[in-house]
Amino acid sequence: MKFIRKKVGVQKIAEPVFNMKKIYLDNSATTSINNEVKNEMDKYISKVYGNPGSFHNVGLIAKNAVADSRERVSKIIGSKSSEVVFTSGGTESINLAIKGRAFAMQGKKKHIITSTIEHPAVLETCRYLEKKGFEVSYVSPGKDGLIDVDEIEKSIREDTFLVSIIYANNEIGVIQDINKLSKICNAKNITFHTDACQAAGYLDIDVKNLGVDMMTLNGSKIYGPKGVGLLYVKTGTLIEPLFHGGGQEMNKRAGTENVPGIMGFAKALEIVVDERKSEAERLTILRDKLIEGIIKKIPKAKLNGHAKKRLPNNVNVSFLDVEGEAILLYLDSKGVYASSGSACTSSTLDPSHVILAMGIPYEYAHGSIRFSLGKDTTTEDIDYVLEILPEIVENLRNISPFNVDEKKLEVKNE
Amino acid sequence: MSKSLKVLKDKSCSEISDKGDGFSHDGNSWFYTDKVKEHFFHPVNIFRTTEEAKEFEKIADGVGMVGSPACGDGMKMFIMVDQKNDRLKEVKWQTYGCGTAIASTSAFSVMLTKKGGMKIDDALKITPKEIADFIGGIPPRKFHCSVLADKAFREAVNDYFRKTGQLERIKGEKVEVVDNVLKITTADIEHAVLEGAIDFEAVQRKTKVGIHDKNCIPKVKELIEKYKEKYYGDE
Repeated sequence: MKFIRKKVGVQKIAEPVFNMKKIYLDNSATTSINNEVKNEMDKYISKVYGNPGSFHNVGLIAKNAVADSRERVSKIIGSKSSEVVFTSGGTESINLAIKGRAFAMQGKKKHIITSTIEHPAVLETCRYLEKKGFEVSYVSPGKDGLIDVDEIEKSIREDTFLVSIIYANNEIGVIQDINKLSKICNAKNITFHTDACQAAGYLDIDVKNLGVDMMTLNGSKIYGPKGVGLLYVKTGTLIEPLFHGGGQEMNKRAGTENVPGIMGFAKALEIVVDERKSEAERLTILRDKLIEGIIKKIPKAKLNGHAKKRLPNNVNVSFLDVEGEAILLYLDSKGVYASSGSACTSSTLDPSHVILAMGIPYEYAHGSIRFSLGKDTTTEDIDYVLEILPEIVENLRNISPFNVDEKKLEVKNE
Repeated sequence: MSKSLKVLKDKSCSEISDKGDGFSHDGNSWFYTDKVKEHFFHPVNIFRTTEEAKEFEKIADGVGMVGSPACGDGMKMFIMVDQKNDRLKEVKWQTYGCGTAIASTSAFSVMLTKKGGMKIDDALKITPKEIADFIGGIPPRKFHCSVLADKAFREAVNDYFRKTGQLERIKGEKVEVVDNVLKITTADIEHAVLEGAIDFEAVQRKTKVGIHDKNCIPKVKELIEKYKEKYYGDE
């Protein structure tokens, strides 16, 4: 009998287009990969294939590589290397921090505090824990997206064991006063975790300066690889692992280490931190140019979130009378890639929870667009967006049945 | 759940999601079908300016509107009628919505006015599913967009009937509004169930019912059970 290998039908995947104008302004969703990082990873993918847990030279090389990465990363964040746990990315780190801490505290304390503008990884993890008998307080920000430290303090209870607040928000880029928040928690012996995924490329991520007990970072926002991140866990902060197995990562995260990913992550973090100051300065100028240009050129446009206490790369604006997804599609056709908080782009058919949490009316939330700048963004790119965007909004307004009076829309918080 | 129901559910899901739910990372291929794309980038039967729309509203034979800016959906349709032949002479529209809403309304306006215009009675028989099919399919979670065009059109026709004193032609069937914000009726729920949405989440995905008007949710759940029993039986 003869065996013939059957041809398996493969779904056709669109070929990437390289010659089209391409202005990628969605760096908060994910960044491109830095060439240096890629080269570093290539080396480890092809040559260092050993299992760090193996007892021979091939394994030892891999083990040393991971140890080296851990050392370098811990130096950057100002921790001990034993406090760095490599994970599969931001979502896992957040799950490990919140669930891990909660399960360690089960039967002792049951209250968690977080904010209404967290990433879904935090919010959904908290909702899950609520089903498991924990209690969660969700603190709303003011209309500028800033979380009031007093509000957090007021929410603290006798049985509060964890506070988790996002360092810089992924949608509106607003930066929270992590240092102040952690001080309050430290004084009351409450564990403080911050999701610093968006902040890593632009802000101080030294855990001692920040005063945090746990901190989440990931590779895919810092021109590093996807599928790798870290959780900083301060010595003495007990967490239950989510994965059980071979005892890797100081018994906090079992599973053979993603060696090339970890090497790429360390390299990427070194590069962004190295270039942080100059990039922040450069992008702040471009960010403000884009914000000012939009507000000046397009009527009934509004900036979402605090104008200055925001990431240097984040522009989030709303346009009345038009819907965000339609704007995105027109931008896409002109080679500009952004994102929207409109209901139509979400799977729940609800508009952005972050924008609504600030008390901004639905009318604005549906027409919100986020431009997140990055290392390849140039002045010319911003000029191009400012050239095409007014016409797109105007055309959509011409076919819109609404003409909302912006003076009648109230921002409800405060 | 009966076997026939399961088959129907599976079938309708694959049928819809096979079409028009493409995803690309490059800007070459599209989230939607070519026909959706065509109508989105080159919508027809629209106004060039909002002033033009205001002028047309004054002379239109019927105007209908559903949705609100707070909902994130809004649709307005304007019709001109050839009264002698009871045909649609002209259909114009405005929409506040996503790509699908714009494309499906544009396509719908073409369906209604081609070959000298449809007879009103025939036009009223068009279902949202037929609009979706006409543009080559719509991703399941965008289905409510074509429903919106259909509803605005019905409102416009009823407006025309009222203005011309043809009150007996206004849809007199026992249709009740359940969702007061999006004006979703018992008939819409029935329709969604018929198309294979057999639980609340599925019906909500299709119609958006209960997203803004949360009070109607228990009533909707009751209706779904009722129509499920009517069409699929309960074994």
